[in-house]
Amino acid sequence: MTDRSEMFDRLKGLIEPFNKKGVEVGETTTFAGDLEWDSLTVMDFVAEVEDSFDIIISMNLQAEIENVGQLVDAVTKLTAA
Amino acid sequence: MTDLFSKFDALIAQREGLLATGVKDPFSLVMEEVKSPTVAVVNGKETILLGTYNYMGMTFDDDVIAAGKQALDEFGAGTTGSRVLNGTFQGHKECEDALKEFYGMDHAMVFSTGYQANLGIISTIAGKGDYIILDIDSHASIYDGCKMGDAEIVAFRHNDVEALEKRLKRLPADAGKLVVLEGVYSMLGDVAPLKEMIRVSKEAGAMILVDEAHSMGFIGENGRGVAEEQGVLDDVDFVIGTFSKSVGTVGGFCVSNHPKFEIMRLVCRPYVFTASLPPAVVACSAASIRKLMHNGNKRAHLWENSRNLHQGLRDLGFKLGTPDAQSAIIAVIMPDLEKGAMMWAALLENGLYVNLARPPATPAGMTLLRCSLCAEHSSEQVADILSRFERAGKAVGII
Repeated sequence: MTDRSEMFDRLKGLIEPFNKKGVEVGETTTFAGDLEWDSLTVMDFVAEVEDSFDIIISMNLQAEIENVGQLVDAVTKLTAA
Repeated sequence: MTDLFSKFDALIAQREGLLATGVKDPFSLVMEEVKSPTVAVVNGKETILLGTYNYMGMTFDDDVIAAGKQALDEFGAGTTGSRVLNGTFQGHKECEDALKEFYGMDHAMVFSTGYQANLGIISTIAGKGDYIILDIDSHASIYDGCKMGDAEIVAFRHNDVEALEKRLKRLPADAGKLVVLEGVYSMLGDVAPLKEMIRVSKEAGAMILVDEAHSMGFIGENGRGVAEEQGVLDDVDFVIGTFSKSVGTVGGFCVSNHPKFEIMRLVCRPYVFTASLPPAVVACSAASIRKLMHNGNKRAHLWENSRNLHQGLRDLGFKLGTPDAQSAIIAVIMPDLEKGAMMWAALLENGLYVNLARPPATPAGMTLLRCSLCAEHSSEQVADILSRFERAGKAVGII
């Protein structure tokens, strides 16, 4: 089981290249609101996360993920399976 | 009270802002008269139609019109019923027979619209615990079909075979999988690498659905679409299509060789819970489909038109959606929505109608002027279209 803060750091690292506005990224940072990502950026980012962890984040699951903390939980769960 | 319409405020403001610049509303155009598949009267002005998807120009075909008139006389104006109750007339069976023959497949099911065909087939065959793997640039009807069903939805980058393959390999081996692809993508008019995509999908044990709405009648040896052109039609489990493009009427369909396909008529809700197509529409459609089987010359002329328009627009300095003419859709990329709307209006002033397409319908936030050619456009009309593009493009300052 990956440690939570380790997972957070890894995902934060993946967020950075897409963080064009230089927003401070924390657990409660939202993708649509704070990072202002459009659907195209979301798709590129999701593909990046999927390939990094060798997982699938379905669109059904994406709809439930609004902030970084929720993404950490989701990826933790998917990689533990 | 919360106004339920407040969620549309941003769109209302954007629209008002656009109209305040003085451009005509691109989304409330009225065709006052339609003279032929390629000419209509708009705002009192004779206008060349270059954005109707009427690829084969069948809307005014004499045999098609005659079939419709006869059916109207003999079977009446409408069916007033569902296909599974009182709404299947002789004409509906004949239309499905024509489709089976056209595609060389065992089963055909006609829906009231193309939208409902995707909605119905996708939402019904992929259920809870199954996976739908689709191209991110899929048509709205495909996404809505996904939303209506209970399957898990996995998207991959547009036309990216490797991205598709990777995702298929990550899915549970024993789960039901439906890969949804399109032959021609309608926004840019680009063609999918179906051969490779179908190969990796089959290797992963997936069933395959291909929407050939924008290829029927002129791509492939028998006009069966991109899958036929690339020699992989036999590996496609379900072909979805529409009557509202090359066929020239309205309606949608699915053809398949699946041995259990007929059960769909009982379980597919967008097929069951709506009235069937009017007798005149299915009669026109059947006549049109049968004529589309034999029209080599018209197909060749449509391709010539498409290549000439693509080359001409490129020579004028417009930015296009594809490096070459891959279908009968040529997408002209606009710098932004405002310039796009201005260019659209300038073309209309010059007597030319094209489709204005903008986000979220378009990929990558692009504003596009989509041109769709017709086999009935004469070579002179194509030359005329190019000179109108040149005038409008210079007036707006795009070229």
